[in-house]
Amino acid sequence: MERIPILRMGGFLLVTIQIELDDQVAVALQEDLSERIVKTGARGVLIDISALRVVDSFIGRMLASIAAISKLLDAETVVVGMQPAVAITLVELGLSLKGVHTALTVEGGMERLRTAVAAPGANGHRTS
Amino acid sequence: MVTAQAETQTLQTSQDVVLVRQMVRQKTTDLGFSLIGQTKLVTAASELARNTLEHGRGGRVLIETVQNGHRSGLRLVFEDSGPGIPDLHQALSDGYTTGTGLGLGLGGSRRLVDEFEIDSHVGQGTRVTIVGWK
Repeated sequence: MERIPILRMGGFLLVTIQIELDDQVAVALQEDLSERIVKTGARGVLIDISALRVVDSFIGRMLASIAAISKLLDAETVVVGMQPAVAITLVELGLSLKGVHTALTVEGGMERLRTAVAAPGANGHRTS
Repeated sequence: MVTAQAETQTLQTSQDVVLVRQMVRQKTTDLGFSLIGQTKLVTAASELARNTLEHGRGGRVLIETVQNGHRSGLRLVFEDSGPGIPDLHQALSDGYTTGTGLGLGLGGSRRLVDEFEIDSHVGQGTRVTIVGWK
């Protein structure tokens, strides 16, 4: 089975999905990412889906799970590069990906991660 | 409605679901569907193919180009010999799930296509027919 590479960039992890995702590869990515977050102590995860021409309910749910799992592991997730046709289809399908941060470009996504990580009290950091 | 060209693909693994997506993408591209039209039909096909695989214990899909006057479209017929769906009304409502999904498969894919028909018999199987017009 193919696995999607996870790159480390500073304090963030970067995933670019460039293959057609079957369900098993999607589940493996979720597991690999969780492990890498803990191993590296990454504070942010950026997932570039600009090459994905289809996001169905399973893949959408996987993206939402990754965001939720990352949050529990003290990391923020941003999904970047969603194609307009994919966004329209997802909403009609009934999946609005609540709780998943998005940005249009990788640059925008990195900016969003930096802001989220820098914000006081963000990411479960105790302020008291 | 006239059927022009037909192809069958078996649905036994999650790789087959990806294959069906690619086949539907190719056909809708050939037929000149808009990008959004392609994406909707490919996504609906992906949902229904996964349903056939997970709930129907595998099956097949018939992919055929259809013609209605000047309109051309793609019809997909998903068939399995699985346990069938006891309550179709419930199965078509959002949030209903017996498997690992969110329960958006049937109801969600119905919203993405122009025509949707489901025929299911407990103990015999399920057949879902969808059509997307260009």
